[in-house]
Amino acid sequence: MSAVHNPGDSRLRRWLHVGFCAAVLFFLVAPVLVVIPLSFNAEPYFTFTEGMLRLEPDAWSLRWYENVLGEGRWLPALGKSLVIGIAATIVSTTLGTLAALGLSSPAMPGRGLIMAVLISPMVTPIIITAAGMSFFYSDLGLGQTYTALILAHAVLGAPFVLIAVSASLSGYNHDLNRAAANLGADGWTTLRRVQLPLIAPGVFTGALFAFSASFDEVVVVLFIGGPEQRTIPREMWAGIREQISPEILAVATFLIVFAILLLAAVNWLRQRDYVRAS
Amino acid sequence: MALSLTDKRLRAALLAAPLVVFVAVTFLAPLALMLVRSVYEPAVADSIPATLNALAEWDGRELPDEEAFRIAGMEFVALNAERRLGSVATRVNRLQSGMRSTMLGTARALGNDPPAGSWRDAMIAADEDWAEVSTWLAIGRAGERITPRHYLNALDLDRGAVGEIVAQPEDRRIYVSLLVRTFGISAAITLISLMLAYPVAWLLAHAPPSRAGVLLLLVLVPFWTSLLVRTTSWIVLLQNQGVINDLLVVIGILAEEQRLAMIYNMTGTIIAMVHVLLPFMILPLYSIMRTIPPRHMQAAASLGASFWQSFRRVYWPQSLPGVAAGSLLVFIMSIGFYITPALVGGRTGQLISSMIAYHMEQSLNWGLAAALGAILLLLVVLLYLIYNRLVGIDRMRLG
Amino acid sequence: MRNLCLLSSLLFAGFTAAAGAQTLTLVSWGGSYGRSVERAWVEPFIEETGIEVRVEDYNGGLAQIRAQVETGNVFWDVVDTTTPDSVRACDEGLLELVPLEDLPAAPDGTPASEDLFPNSRSECASAGIVSATIVAYNDELFPGEKPAALEDYFDLEKFPGRRGMRRVPVVNLEFALIADGVPLDEVYATLDTEAGIARAFAKLDTIKDQIVFWEAGAQPPQMLADQEVVMTTAYNGRIFNAQVLEDQPFTIIWNGHVQETGGMGIVLGTPRLELAKRFIEFLSRPENLAQISRYISYSPARYSANALVSTHLDTGIEMAPHMPASERNTRRALNSDWLWWADNRDEMNERFSVWLSR
Repeated sequence: MSAVHNPGDSRLRRWLHVGFCAAVLFFLVAPVLVVIPLSFNAEPYFTFTEGMLRLEPDAWSLRWYENVLGEGRWLPALGKSLVIGIAATIVSTTLGTLAALGLSSPAMPGRGLIMAVLISPMVTPIIITAAGMSFFYSDLGLGQTYTALILAHAVLGAPFVLIAVSASLSGYNHDLNRAAANLGADGWTTLRRVQLPLIAPGVFTGALFAFSASFDEVVVVLFIGGPEQRTIPREMWAGIREQISPEILAVATFLIVFAILLLAAVNWLRQRDYVRAS
Repeated sequence: MALSLTDKRLRAALLAAPLVVFVAVTFLAPLALMLVRSVYEPAVADSIPATLNALAEWDGRELPDEEAFRIAGMEFVALNAERRLGSVATRVNRLQSGMRSTMLGTARALGNDPPAGSWRDAMIAADEDWAEVSTWLAIGRAGERITPRHYLNALDLDRGAVGEIVAQPEDRRIYVSLLVRTFGISAAITLISLMLAYPVAWLLAHAPPSRAGVLLLLVLVPFWTSLLVRTTSWIVLLQNQGVINDLLVVIGILAEEQRLAMIYNMTGTIIAMVHVLLPFMILPLYSIMRTIPPRHMQAAASLGASFWQSFRRVYWPQSLPGVAAGSLLVFIMSIGFYITPALVGGRTGQLISSMIAYHMEQSLNWGLAAALGAILLLLVVLLYLIYNRLVGIDRMRLG
Repeated sequence: MRNLCLLSSLLFAGFTAAAGAQTLTLVSWGGSYGRSVERAWVEPFIEETGIEVRVEDYNGGLAQIRAQVETGNVFWDVVDTTTPDSVRACDEGLLELVPLEDLPAAPDGTPASEDLFPNSRSECASAGIVSATIVAYNDELFPGEKPAALEDYFDLEKFPGRRGMRRVPVVNLEFALIADGVPLDEVYATLDTEAGIARAFAKLDTIKDQIVFWEAGAQPPQMLADQEVVMTTAYNGRIFNAQVLEDQPFTIIWNGHVQETGGMGIVLGTPRLELAKRFIEFLSRPENLAQISRYISYSPARYSANALVSTHLDTGIEMAPHMPASERNTRRALNSDWLWWADNRDEMNERFSVWLSR
């Protein structure tokens, strides 16, 4: 850090800077974490009771977790979220990886424009996308079906895969393709034996992003999902609108743990990618 | 043997083709359909062709003639018997309140008791609105297949008696001010995010790699956490009986009845959205700042420049691409945000997205929802082009 | 291992439940009312007929019904609708016709067409219930003089404190005019004039700063219990449940309120039409219809059933004082005019949104 600060730099300014950053990072992380202890509240309140602060065992309980696991609402929702998320991820990972391979080739015509179009689902406001899809699938007679939701989530997830795999490929040496060809490998073999193993971490990273995007998505589900497609975010949305019971906080805790696991996986993949690339 | 250039091109294009087709069909086509829906509404025209045909010759000043009354009356009765008049009447009612019961009530009365003599007298007897020219004008306009009315509605405009464009009465002007508010809130969120993110990105970019890695994780944890979870957290923290108010009361800063209203208003929307969007500002800034050699600042300092001088002259210009990228990204995401404002926005913190959702889900006025969406889309595409020009969309990275 | 089986069977409960063709899907409003529907009507129906019934929640509106009818993918068979929704859905051809002649007659032979409350009759719905949107307050917050009439909800000087209000114009415009002195039978005629609408919004303006808005029926009792508000508009059944089941110190002001009706409709084109019709017939029988009042304080909307109202099953308390259609509680009640709202809803929603954002 001393590198950025001049020798004549005032100590005060440095401390102010570090203090400010600490405050911002606290602002980012603390709200996420505050949910976790509150989900063990024995009372149906969303704030710390006196008993909780005095660490009385009676004030803490697992009752909301029992509700979540016992009541027949969240587990079916988890099943639906998983079905949609996994199917959408398979579609978006397959298509996104192929497209990244094509777009990485220096010979690809119209590269910038195509890339911009392929990434547009990620940066278009979701409310517009969801409205358009709602018209589209209801005209097709696919409104309120799993098919519609899986296709919708796949197209929303594909840009993540495209970007992650492209990043992996940016360090790829295209001379390897030529070398493989010289050794008699056809295009398919080169792809399978040379390119894919090298970009595998990027593919998995993209897939995790795509899955996470689907697993967290609620606006499209609200607009084109029917009564059969009540996913976890859909149930949470309904729960928050009605009233926040600590049951929601218990579900939120599960989702936070899940997010941390995903983040750890992506981090691990990135390091592998880095090791391989160097 | 190396492939020829054409073969390579073909191979690259074939690899990209499936996703291009997929995006075209499942993303671009729905957006195109939305644009079509915003100007094309055939439902009324398809349902009452004879009435509209009879009105086509009509001058729109005096009441239509007996023949037009008879054709319209008979068509309404026939449609009502098939239970198809309701959706027509709902659409006409959007142009003129009260038309729903006028049409349905008249069709019911005439269906039970078909007029022996003049249809005109019978219809006016059933509902005196039929003696108003505006009633027939509304039916004629609802019957336009291709219509600008959803865009007019979305811009708080209407058409007057002879088709001229007039402003809506003041107590019905809602969308323009909501759009303005959406832009204001989005700009505020972008600015606040930038001010919070810049020092943090700086710290991350120039810290030793091991420490930067840990700090980056702190940015990424909320980034990966479900949006609904983060919104829930803010409700828990900010509400009247929430953690922050409780804390302020317990330590005596606030009295019990002075609890702050920090949520279900514009403040709530801004706080929660800054939290959600801050990583999208930090990450682009960080990736640009990493490429700025610290030596530049040191060189400026050794030439006698003060910290602020060297920052302004040397560092800030080099970080501008990151500032532009982050700001545009956050701004684009803000103007279309739905979930968080809907849950924590209350009365004053709603954005234009809430009206799109309302017309999609509640009023079922899909044409108007499409027009609002199209206006928003136009603005986003403009910003997107600027972004592409400034940063290059293909340089986008994931955290 | 057994836990694992249970877990996976629960995970896929959503899919398998859809498979049985003989399962009737009933959609209702959830919460304490939804549970009452299950206990009062669904469980006895299953017992009598052996037909499986699955109950799901929704939040009203026609969007999902329309989507199902238009695409031909009908998942819902019977939908619990408000009368305005069922009339509109009926006109637009989204619900099956349920002729009044097909509904069972009263025990004394009076045909259903004369026995149902007049404002609850729709061509597409079963016999139904009467609910009320009332003002309720938290007793503990008014140790001295208690609010006694709708006027007190608008009186910030006499009864200071925040008010809960549903974020829609329906009912609130009526409340504003009633509290401003418009006689009950002139409310809708007044709303038909520009001056009348302006008058209603002007009255709402007087308490605007103190309003906390709610959207879902479960919120107002929660807001009263948390003391987020001192008084709120609410559905009477929700307040009743908080009173008797959770012992909350809430009081309903039965003096100036709006009554609404609702009944069950059949989604057009359901493949389980016969089962749905049997359910409609079952629930419309006066003795069955009256059962709802043993679980929640909503009145059965037919005269013969209303005479059967007795006690609350779980607590044994007398229900009559809590019922929206009882004689004592209808002395100053306005019947919601769904026809007026069908005509003016879009415009009033626009004006209400403008008012909200000002």
